[in-house]
Amino acid sequence: MSMIFGVPIAVLSGQLLLGLINGAFYALLSLGLAVIFGLLKIINFAHGAFYMLGALCTVVLFNTLGINYWVALFLAPLIVGTLGILIEYFLLRKIANEDHLYSLLLTFGVALVIQGVLTNIYGVSGMRYAIPEVFRGGVNLGFMFLPYYRAWVIVAALVVCFGTWFMIEKTKLGSYLRAGTENSKLMQAFGINVPLLVSLTYGFGVMLAAFAGVLAAPIYSVTPVMGGNILIIVFAVVVIGGMGSIVGSIFTGLAMGIIEGLTKVFYPEASSTVIFLVMVIVLLVRPAGLFGKEA
Amino acid sequence: MKTMKKLLTAAVASTMIASAAQAAISDNEVRIGYLADMSGTYRDLAGPNGLTALRMAVEDFGGQVNGAPIRVVSADDRNSPDVASSTVRQWIEADGVDMVAGMVATSVALAAVNIIERADKLAIISGSAASSITNEHCTPNHIHYVYDTYPLANGTAKAVVDEGGKSWFILTADYAFGHALEADIERVVTANGGTVVQKVRHPFPTGDFSSFILQAQSSGADVVGLANAGSDTINAITTAGEFGLTQSGQSIAAMVMFLNDVHALGVEAAQGIQLTTGWYWDMNDETRAWADRFMERTGVRPGMVHAGIYSSTMHYLNAIQATGTDDTQTVRRHMMDTPINDMFATNGIIREDGRMVHDMYLAQVKTPAESTNEWDLYNIVRTIPADEAYRPLSESVCRLVNN
Repeated sequence: MSMIFGVPIAVLSGQLLLGLINGAFYALLSLGLAVIFGLLKIINFAHGAFYMLGALCTVVLFNTLGINYWVALFLAPLIVGTLGILIEYFLLRKIANEDHLYSLLLTFGVALVIQGVLTNIYGVSGMRYAIPEVFRGGVNLGFMFLPYYRAWVIVAALVVCFGTWFMIEKTKLGSYLRAGTENSKLMQAFGINVPLLVSLTYGFGVMLAAFAGVLAAPIYSVTPVMGGNILIIVFAVVVIGGMGSIVGSIFTGLAMGIIEGLTKVFYPEASSTVIFLVMVIVLLVRPAGLFGKEA
Repeated sequence: MKTMKKLLTAAVASTMIASAAQAAISDNEVRIGYLADMSGTYRDLAGPNGLTALRMAVEDFGGQVNGAPIRVVSADDRNSPDVASSTVRQWIEADGVDMVAGMVATSVALAAVNIIERADKLAIISGSAASSITNEHCTPNHIHYVYDTYPLANGTAKAVVDEGGKSWFILTADYAFGHALEADIERVVTANGGTVVQKVRHPFPTGDFSSFILQAQSSGADVVGLANAGSDTINAITTAGEFGLTQSGQSIAAMVMFLNDVHALGVEAAQGIQLTTGWYWDMNDETRAWADRFMERTGVRPGMVHAGIYSSTMHYLNAIQATGTDDTQTVRRHMMDTPINDMFATNGIIREDGRMVHDMYLAQVKTPAESTNEWDLYNIVRTIPADEAYRPLSESVCRLVNN
């Protein structure tokens, strides 16, 4: 078998594919962060908590009401997104004109409260959610066994990422959004309800996180603390991509997934740090991030 | 001269009072501190329900021993040795705590013991796993009660090798506990005629195990040994199921797995997994009776750590009752001299290194067809006698043992 650095190519291609799948999660989560920061200038530290809520919601909806995966895929983001809008309306709006740090602290506090309350109710052992019937099993690709569900994750994540990019960059609604954040007074003079636009944008970013949570529910252990670990990685991805850059967050998410996947083969001990190493290098060379506009 | 005599008498009298007070119970109150992770990764292993188990022991004693009331204080150690040190220091210096119970993360237990030894108080560790706690880190001021990594690796790894699982792929959590466990597994596997073909260390904690499972699959080993715990173990097993690891003829051996982990996984995903446990709620009438009482108050079945907290607290209070004092060394000596026979252990003995040795059990997770309810999880396959399960004193490097 042909080898690269002592690792068979077959093994390597498997790892590349897995990295891409993990990257899809990073892309989805960092996209939500980038939308919220790019358009609203809110550093959303509650993003991990919303991701967790999406997953938890899926499990609880199934356990209590028997709601299946496909319905949850829409319902859970809707519920969590509504919660996000309420938080924006009742809390974040009050500090909209303050420094970024205030929104960071506020959302961090909200995340701790949500996580703490749910830990008290559900414990931390994790809840199980069965993989939906249609995605049971997998296909042997020759170099690896690919579970159908993982294939679905990457398709779903990429479709949603592309859709979001298209909506913000290419549609009229997207142009309102971008204009509203550029100069909200002028937009309001044109008769556009900017505060509503802001609430909806925040809600949408939160929905993206919750959507990622639903995708994660069948394959990761669902616990109230699951958002905390991934949040920091996702923030690093956003910083590497360029704070607020939509395209940047998608590409960086996928790329970081792959880099992390390769590290897991060549030097697994460093796989949790490699993304931060990349972040340091990128910040030294391009302080605005790979896709960021130089200030 | 007369005043001199008076002074002397007073001095003698006061010494006598002092020593009489020493023989009795300090502050005329027995104070127990419960220290555990109440909100993090290890919450469900001991946590708030462990505090309930401890309170049950105190209540079964009528809330007092020899007329002295028993007071319980508790704190969340947040898995931080710093928090543990400052909490325990505060408990001992300001609150006059006599004994500290609970403790899960090994780093927390060692930090707490360090303070407790200097104050000559007592620690009864129930949650921690590392066997080093009563080996290189032993002190005359602590007891390690429920289990440790030695019997876990010994019981499970040996059973798996004996059944023909000769070549091993070990997946290790990359920190002190994982490294210790990895060494234990390797020792047991090679001693029983098996080989370790590959070892991979994953960061702690890891969310996605797919990459490591893929490596395990391409290693071609018979057995994938998990030298990790908690959510890492759960995630690894879930992912292995998703990627069809067991269908392709490999098996999983999880070294550190608790009832709450198996419950979280469910029998569907965990069926057939072998593990070593110090206690199981559904072993006999006595264990079931206690488990029923526990469930009434907590809503869940107790794990071995919960049962151990209850048993060790009873044993501690019994020793105070028998000796009439809460003086640490007197109580510890009495606890060592008295075998433990209760719903938790049969002829459990606390050795001079502080290790409580008792029979361990090799269990296998039931299949969905065998399991009648969500807590009906284990078949007990074999009883591992105490002297076979734990590290023999002859191999100990503990300074309290003459080797």
